[in-house]
Amino acid sequence: MQPDRHDIELEVNGTTYRRGVESRTLLSDFLRHELLLAGTHVGCEHGVCGACTILVDGAPVRSCLMLAVQANGHKLSTIEGLAADSGELHPIQKAMHDHHGLQCGYCTPGILMTMTAFLKENPAPSEHEVREALSGNLCRCTGYQNIVDAMMAAAQAMRAAP
Amino acid sequence: MKPAPFKYIAASSLDHALSLKAENGDDARFLAGGQSLIPAMNFRLARPTVLIDINGLNDLAGIDRSGSEIRIGALTRYCDLERDGDFLKSCSLFADALPHIAHPQIRNRGTIGGNLSHADPASELPAIAVAMEAQMRIKSSTGERQVAASEFFTGLLSTDIQPDEMLVDIVFPSPKPRSGACFMEVARRRGDFALAGIAAMVTLDEMRRCSEVRLALCGVGETAVDASDAAAGLIGQPCTPEAIEVVTAGVRDAIAPSGNVHASPDYQRHIAGVLAMRAIGTAHQRAIHAA
Repeated sequence: MQPDRHDIELEVNGTTYRRGVESRTLLSDFLRHELLLAGTHVGCEHGVCGACTILVDGAPVRSCLMLAVQANGHKLSTIEGLAADSGELHPIQKAMHDHHGLQCGYCTPGILMTMTAFLKENPAPSEHEVREALSGNLCRCTGYQNIVDAMMAAAQAMRAAP
Repeated sequence: MKPAPFKYIAASSLDHALSLKAENGDDARFLAGGQSLIPAMNFRLARPTVLIDINGLNDLAGIDRSGSEIRIGALTRYCDLERDGDFLKSCSLFADALPHIAHPQIRNRGTIGGNLSHADPASELPAIAVAMEAQMRIKSSTGERQVAASEFFTGLLSTDIQPDEMLVDIVFPSPKPRSGACFMEVARRRGDFALAGIAAMVTLDEMRRCSEVRLALCGVGETAVDASDAAAGLIGQPCTPEAIEVVTAGVRDAIAPSGNVHASPDYQRHIAGVLAMRAIGTAHQRAIHAA
């Protein structure tokens, strides 16, 4: 079978990319291998772990459960776009740093993408809501407590910011 | 790159999608949310040679409550339902069940039609469809038909959908006056497959006696299980704790769970009974509240 290829155009972190992709290329692999945006991590590759979470048109999704060809015409955000160009950390990143919210760090990009979208929709969450929002991202190091603390602090910092 | 090679076609219309399916039959699969199909393809458990992407078919998405029925398009995503406050208010089974369905990231992609067509017995929606006596509207390039939810699910991961057909929407009656419903489940962790779950609907007559009780369970058989007969004794009776207790025993007898790594069949049966008791109780309270 000849590889089934398609031309796609998509926006990632504000930059427009045009590429030809084989239809069976997963979006997660496309980001990492084609665009060399390897901050999106790949864990289970069947939608359980959440490490590959990115934003598609602002909504967190598993990039291992989308085909690259499906991203044609859409706007994506990945972990690479979170910090400011100056290098200043996003409040969520800073809170994770301050609260020791990561150990090995493998799950962190997925968690940050999930929680950026969550805190945008729910700027004043309860701890329960934060835990609920985190339920689709597995972390095997931290036991989640510090991540939850970081998210509560980030929410507060973002509310206080002008 | 995990899936086996396939030809990808983004359908430009429902007719286009259906004619492609008619042409390719079982070798082709519709790609909706992809939250069950893509994992199966990544494991190469599913190896379609043609993938028909229907995500661009916006006409297939949405909720229509204009008539006496509620109609949900197959391409409606869980997150669309979660954000529709009026819909959730009118349909507490969905309001109760949606938070249990996987995780936010999955609910942002997964679709109602994809879920029902996949027919996972542990999934919440097939049980809800059976409890609500939903009608599934199915189309092919040559025609259209409606199948009752009770006949739609034919076995483990199997439905009545033929190789040239697509589920296009599900239709269920708007809640009756003096009725209440409740969905509950037990899973080891939030978002995991349920060890047992139940959708209960209670309708009362003017004397506040039960006039109809619908019960359907998930996670305890090869398909969603309609256990409404177990509640036959409640009809015409007030919904007392003692009467519900009898139904609970009937529900336990009505199911034959196979057990899994997390729960023995006896434990699943036990949970199903407890859930039946609680869900009928809550549905009853809601029915009184609605009266």
